Amino acid sequence: MGSMTQRNILRAYGDREGDGMVQMSFTLRILPGDRAREVAKRFAEAHGLREPLVTAMEQASREHTYFVVYGHSQHGVDTSDIEVEELAAQPLTRDQIEEQAKKLGRKIVVVGACTGSDAHTVGIDAILNYKGFAGEKGLESFKCIDAHNLGAQVENAELCEKAKALGADALLVSQVITQRNCHKENAAALVELATRQGFRDKVILLLGGPRIDHNLAVELGFDAGFGPGTKPITVASFLVERLVGRV
Amino acid sequence: MTTVPVEQEKVEACRAFAADIADDVQRFIDRHTTVGVERTVARAYGVVGADAEGTPLANALVDRIHKAGQVGRGVAYHLGRALCEGAASVQEAAEMLAFSEAADFGPGPSAAEARGAIEAATREAIARIDSARDEREANKAAHRVGTAPLKYVIVATGNIYDDAVQAKAAGFAGADIVAVIRATAQSLLDYVPEGPTTEGYGGTYATQENFRIIRRAADEATRDTGTYLAQTNYSSGLCMSEIAWMAAVERLDMLLNDAMYGILFRDINMQRTFIDQYFSRRIIARSGIVINTGEDNYLTTADAVEKAHTVLASQFINEAFARRAGLREELMGLGHAFEINPWLEDSLLFELAQAQLVRQIFDRHPIKWMPPTKFKTGDIFHSHVHDAMFNLVGITTGQSIALLGMFSEAVHTPLLMDRYLSLKSARYIFTAARHLGDEIQWKPGGIVESRAREVLDKAHALLREVERETLWDAIGRGAFGDVKRTRTGGKGYSGVVARHPEYLNPILEVLERSSS
Ligand code: B12
Repeated sequence: MGSMTQRNILRAYGDREGDGMVQMSFTLRILPGDRAREVAKRFAEAHGLREPLVTAMEQASREHTYFVVYGHSQHGVDTSDIEVEELAAQPLTRDQIEEQAKKLGRKIVVVGACTGSDAHTVGIDAILNYKGFAGEKGLESFKCIDAHNLGAQVENAELCEKAKALGADALLVSQVITQRNCHKENAAALVELATRQGFRDKVILLLGGPRIDHNLAVELGFDAGFGPGTKPITVASFLVERLVGRV
Repeated sequence: MTTVPVEQEKVEACRAFAADIADDVQRFIDRHTTVGVERTVARAYGVVGADAEGTPLANALVDRIHKAGQVGRGVAYHLGRALCEGAASVQEAAEMLAFSEAADFGPGPSAAEARGAIEAATREAIARIDSARDEREANKAAHRVGTAPLKYVIVATGNIYDDAVQAKAAGFAGADIVAVIRATAQSLLDYVPEGPTTEGYGGTYATQENFRIIRRAADEATRDTGTYLAQTNYSSGLCMSEIAWMAAVERLDMLLNDAMYGILFRDINMQRTFIDQYFSRRIIARSGIVINTGEDNYLTTADAVEKAHTVLASQFINEAFARRAGLREELMGLGHAFEINPWLEDSLLFELAQAQLVRQIFDRHPIKWMPPTKFKTGDIFHSHVHDAMFNLVGITTGQSIALLGMFSEAVHTPLLMDRYLSLKSARYIFTAARHLGDEIQWKPGGIVESRAREVLDKAHALLREVERETLWDAIGRGAFGDVKRTRTGGKGYSGVVARHPEYLNPILEVLERSSS
């Protein structure tokens, strides 16, 4: 080991430092009984739980049993080698955003949509619309932003057309349905299309949704990703920093 | 039963406004048909099968007639005519009309002649719906039927065979109703896929074969537990009426079916939806299926406190449309939901007021009570508590059908374990608080009473406004769910066709006669 980075191992904390206490619940295709309890215990041990305690074992169907198990997780994670960009860590204030954006000399044009067959609008509306969500006003409420919300069930091709026509600085894509990773395919297809149409590098591509995180979005070819609970101001702040940084 | 004061004159005024609103649209409906309606008629006449690419014959047939500009005469006319001209069966007539060079859509025999040729098939089509209804009723009569609130759970694995396993597990764990929810994009498909399906996102395709597979599983669960397990699916989207027909002949018990949901939440054209909902409900009425309307959804796109009255107003409108399609009140499962921000002070009292109000106004209706969804987060433990409050309000106010909340609502479509725990919690709360509603009275002039009054007042005002501007324009300005749609916008508009003066639809005629 060359460098002397400080190792910092985190373990689950329940009652006392280092006890590793966690609970897990699951169903197995077996009927309740002593054998089933033993199976559940082994199952928990296989996940790294020491001294697993099966605290519930109930028949959930003619063939399945539901279990709750507590145990001491033996695993720890070294936090010193985790690299994640904290996009929400220090967003600019609303005033700072407006102030910074003036340097651009024009409004920031953003075009957003929930794409593919996905009909969920509440997330993208929360980010874009004036009204926002749970008291947080959307990008439309910023003087420096010209926001266009295309709604849901928007095909990637249509989003690209609109973005080009409006001279968008940023495309905001929402993906909510995620069963068996359908959101990834659709999101990646957008990046590919923008690349093929030759404007990928001229826009900022943002991806958002309940199962999105920054790393995943970057992996799919976006510039950034935003997950559950995202506030519009975080997005505005990100855009301003990116754009003003570029001029 | 605990009650809130309800001004009867105001309720009657709401019903009168809703009647005017629906009559205006009904006049339009009665002069039009759609490709979806005609495909349903074709299926009812026994047109079956699909080509190698999966295009159903019903689609190939109606599309060809549409291209020839002759849908306005009704598919029954064309089939009847082909029979007059020598086709041996309806199926043969359909194949000929869909694919043969010899198909003739020009001037031909009169509507009366075509009607005569297809009369026997009309009788068979109706008999098929009736015998499925009789079989369902006999099956129910032979078993225990759950007590209200009926426990309704969702299954949505995407694979119909897994769905069957999960449906049976739900029956074992105490469910009264299982819904297989549909795959993400199905509502925008202008055809119903064929056969069993194993690949769907966010749900499983509604196909006639899938309906059979779940019916079989539910029947097995019924025999196992002795309690009748009801089956439901979605009659919505561009194939609203075709699915209603499939459900009718495959013995489904309930259907999600709403006069406006497709318009607002799937951007399906208004005209198309209104016409389709009418025919679908005619079939549903004959079949004795309980509809579930979708007003709960308004509270996902609009605020549940501010816009509670839009739910009530829409229920009056859905009721008016349902009446015009021959549904009895006992088949109208009007929907509403527990969607207020849970962190709002006294949110529970607001929920109680709304639930109580709807219960009282629609006293013969099997009200469908929907759980919290929008404010659910990935904190499953808290979510379970949130659902418990929903269950408590449901039992206290005597809701009829409770779609049980899932602690994993914000995460994924329910897993076997999620459903088990949800059913267990409902069983506990419905038992523990069984007669709570009989024992309590609301404080006169208190929060619950005042809130109920306010919601009815606002619904009344909204209905008055909608009546003045018409439903078309009201939807145009976002009166429901804060969603705006235009009369000719949205999907499926090209499938709307004016009826020819000699439009022929003998099946619809029988259905229209049977209710009056
Ligand atoms: C409301 C809702 C609906 C409404 C949508 C109404 C509308 N116009 O939006 C209706 C009823 C129509 C609906 C339909 C369906 N739904 Co739905 N729905 C929900 C529900 C309850 C809430 C979603 C919501 O509005 N959340 C509130 C918003 C504010 O949160 P959000 O979307 O996460 O957005 C935030 C962040 O993610 C982020 N964000 C989101 N997008 C973006 C984009 C950018 C650029 C940025 C920066 C940030 C960002 O910022 C937002 C604010 O913080 C969720 C369950 C849940 N509680 O999450 C299910 C849920 C999403 N639905 C689901 C399903 C399966 C469906 C259906 C397929 C069901 C069916 N078979 O019919 C259909 C799909 C129809 C379709 N074609 O898409 C599943 C998805 C399962 C999965 N993981 O794939 C869920 C999780 C429910 C469940 N447990 O089954 N649904």
